[in-house]
Amino acid sequence: MLEIKNLHVQLEEEDKKILKGVNLSLEAGKVHAIMGPNGSGKSTLSYVLSGKKGYEVTAGSAHLEGNDLLAMAPEERAAAGLFLAFQYPVEIPGVGNMTFLRSAVNSQQKLRGEPEMTAGDFLKAVRAKAQNLKIEPDMLKRPVNVGFSGGEKKRNEILQMAMLQPKMCILDETDSGLDVDAMKLVSQGVNALRDNKRTFLVITHYQRLLDHIKPDIVHIMAAGKIITSGGPELALEVEKNGYADLLEETA
Amino acid sequence: MNDVHVKDGVDSETVEAVKALSGTYKYGWNTEIEMEYAPKGLSEDIVRLISEKNNEPEWMLDWRLQAYKRWLELKEPNWAMVDYPSIDFQDQYYYARPKSMVEKPKSLDDVDPKLLETYKKLGIPLKEQALLAGVEAPDGERKVAVDAVFDSVSVGTTFQAELKKAGVIFCSFSEAVKDYPELVKKYLGTVVPVSDNYYATLNSAVFSDGSFIYIPKGVRCPMELSTYFRINAENTGQFERTLIIADEGSYVSYLEGCTAPKRDVAQLHAAVVELVLLDDAEIKYSTVQNWYPGDESGKGGIYNFVTKRADCRGDRSKVMWTQVETGSAVTWKYPSCVLRGNDSQGEFYSIAIANNMQQADTGTKMVHLGKNTKSRIVSKGISAGKAQNTYRGLVSMHPKAKNSRNFTQCDSLLIGDKCGAHTVPYIEVKNNSSRVEHEATTSKVDDDQLFYCRSRGMGEEDAVALVVNGFCKEVLQALPMEFAMEAQQLVAISLEGSVG
Ligand SMILES: Nc1ncnc2c1ncn2[C@@H]1O[C@H](COP(=O)(O)OP(=O)(O)OP(=O)(O)O)[C@@H](O)[C@H]1O
Ligand SMILES: [Mg+2]
Repeated sequence: MLEIKNLHVQLEEEDKKILKGVNLSLEAGKVHAIMGPNGSGKSTLSYVLSGKKGYEVTAGSAHLEGNDLLAMAPEERAAAGLFLAFQYPVEIPGVGNMTFLRSAVNSQQKLRGEPEMTAGDFLKAVRAKAQNLKIEPDMLKRPVNVGFSGGEKKRNEILQMAMLQPKMCILDETDSGLDVDAMKLVSQGVNALRDNKRTFLVITHYQRLLDHIKPDIVHIMAAGKIITSGGPELALEVEKNGYADLLEETA
Repeated sequence: MNDVHVKDGVDSETVEAVKALSGTYKYGWNTEIEMEYAPKGLSEDIVRLISEKNNEPEWMLDWRLQAYKRWLELKEPNWAMVDYPSIDFQDQYYYARPKSMVEKPKSLDDVDPKLLETYKKLGIPLKEQALLAGVEAPDGERKVAVDAVFDSVSVGTTFQAELKKAGVIFCSFSEAVKDYPELVKKYLGTVVPVSDNYYATLNSAVFSDGSFIYIPKGVRCPMELSTYFRINAENTGQFERTLIIADEGSYVSYLEGCTAPKRDVAQLHAAVVELVLLDDAEIKYSTVQNWYPGDESGKGGIYNFVTKRADCRGDRSKVMWTQVETGSAVTWKYPSCVLRGNDSQGEFYSIAIANNMQQADTGTKMVHLGKNTKSRIVSKGISAGKAQNTYRGLVSMHPKAKNSRNFTQCDSLLIGDKCGAHTVPYIEVKNNSSRVEHEATTSKVDDDQLFYCRSRGMGEEDAVALVVNGFCKEVLQALPMEFAMEAQQLVAISLEGSVG
C-alpha cells in the first residue's frame, strides 16, 4: 500500500534536517504503529506524506499503490486515498462542519471522476456516523473545530475519515486528549473501518490506544529514523521501560 | 437541498459554479443594439436635454438646473484612499438609450427582444414568474419584482399590477415624476440634499432614471423588490436615482444588482439612493455590486461613486443596509443611517473584496440624533493581489441621542503580501449616556487552514473560497437567500488567481 524508502527531509526555511532516512513498508489490510520520543519526526513524516508546504525532500521516495506521492498536490493525494487525522486539527471560523465535510466528499469524488453523492444520501451517512461517534447534531452545524474541546476535535477527525473512506489512514496522536470513553468510541470507529484492504499508520505515545486498536507491527522512531520494528510486544516494552534501552541498543 | 447545507458557508454548488466559470468576469459581454446618445460632454443644454427626453415638468428641470449651477462651483473630493486619473467630465456621454425605447413600450411584451435577451443572459427574469432560476423556494412560491435599468433608461418593471393591488408603488423614477409628482416633490432631495457632495450634486443635475418605491401605511410589501442596473454603452456614465418611502408601519425588502461589459476605458457610475422611513417602518436594502473591475493591470472598470442614505425619521423605524462589493475599479461608497426618530435602529453589513488593482474605500455613517437609538456595523474587507481596501466609518452620538448604542466590528483579511487593508474609524460622542464599541481585526488567510482543506481533497482555489466565505459568514447570512447564493459564488470568482 504505502512504500517509504530512505526518506530524507529538512526544513525549507532553515538548514535543519528532521527525517534522516525513513524506511517503511505498509501492506494492505495491516495496522502499523509508530512510537517514539517527542520531536523524533513522527508528525513531520505524516505532514510530508500529505503534502504540507515548508518541507524539502532531499532524498528518498514515497509511493501509494505505486503512485509517486511526493509528485502530487495535497488534494490529489487525498483523492488517491490518503488521509491524515491531524495531531492538532485546524479551526475554520464561519465554515459549517457539515459544509466542510460535503465539500471534501464532493471534491474527492470529482477528482476521481465518480458521480457525486446526493444531498440526501450524504446527510443520512453523516448522521449515522456522527451518532456512532457520539457527535451531537449541533456539532455538525458549528464551524469546523471552532470551540470544540480537544476530544471533540479528535472525534471530528475520525468522522471525516469515516465519511471519506480512505485507503491509507494516518492517525497522529488521535488518542491524546481523549477521555476513557471517547478513546473507546474512537477505537471502535477505527476498528469498524478495518478490513483486508485498508491500511493504518497509528502514531501514539501510549499502549492504551493499542489495547483497543491492535497493531500488527510496531515501529520505534528516534531522531528521524525508524530504529527498530517488532510485534505488539514492542509497545508493551516501551510502556514499561521507556526508550532509553532501545536508544542505547541502536546507538 | 437541505437547510443545514444552505445556511452554512460555501457549498458544493458554489464550487461547481466557480469551476464552470473558469474565466474571470462573467458579465463582460456587450449587447449590440442601436443607441441614441445625447451629445458628448456636460453643459446646461445637456441637462435640459435629459429633462426633455424624460418629458419632465418644469419643476424637475429647475431642480436639475440649480444642481448643475451648484456643481460648477464644487471641487472633486480627494480625501478617500483611492487613486485614479482625474476624470474628464467633458469626454463622456450623459445620456444613452436604446432606440427601441424612444417610444416607451406599453408592456413587457413590447420590449425589444434584444433587451429581454440581455436580462435573460444576466439571469434576471423579466417575466412574471416565481423567480430566480436554480433556487428552490422553501416556503412555497417566492416572487421578486424587477425594475430593469439599461444605461440611462428603465426598460420595464414587473409585477406592477399585483403590487398596485397592495397599494405599493414600484416604477421607474421617470414615471414617478409624471405619475406621482406630489410624493416625489415632497421627498426628493430631503435625505441627500442637492448640495451634499460633488457626485451627489452631479447626479442631481444629470440623473436619467432609476427606481421609485412607495409603501403605504401598515403595508408589508407582498414580494421582494429589486432593480437591476446594466451599463452597456461605451464612454457613458450611469447616473441613477432611487427613492424609497416606507410610510408608517410598513415593510419592504429591496435588492439591487449591477454589471457592465469589459471595456478598456473606465466609466463613471454616480448614483444617489434616498430612503425615508416614517414611524415603525422597516427597510432592508441589499446590494450585490459586481460592476466590471478592470483587468489585472488596472485598465478599464467602473468608477463607482455612490451616495446612499437612509433617514429614519419615524420613531422605532429600522433600516438595514447589506452590501457585497466585489466589482468596480474604484469604489467610494458609504451607505449611511440618520437615526432621527427615537428608538430607531440602523444596521450595516458589508463585504468588500478588492483583487488585482481594485481600490475600495467604503464604510458607513451612523448619525444618532434620537433617544435610545441603536446601530450595528459589521464590515468584512478582503484584499488580494495589489488591491487596497479601506473601511471608513463614522459613528456620531449627538447631545440629544441619550442612551444610544453602537457596536462596530471591522475585520480585514489579506491574501498575499502585496495588498493593503486600512481601517479609519471616526467616533464622536457628545452625551455621556451613550456607548460606542469598536472592534477591529486584521488577519491573513492561514496556510494551515488551506492545507487542512486541501488534505481533505479540496483544490487550492476552492479552499480559499471556503475560508473566505467563512470569514464573511455573518454578512452573507444577512442577505436574502437568493442573493446569499449569488454572493457566495461572487466571492469565489472575484478571488480567482489570488493564490498560487
Ligand atoms: N516548521 C518547523 N519549524 C521548526 N522546527 C520544526 C518544524 N517542523 C518540525 N520541526 C522540528 O522537527 C522536529 C520533529 O518534529 P515533529 O513534530 O515531527 O515531532 P514528533 O515526533 O511528532 O513529536 P511529538 O511526539 O511531540 O508530537 C522537532 O524538533 C520540531 O521542533
Ligand atoms: Mg507529533
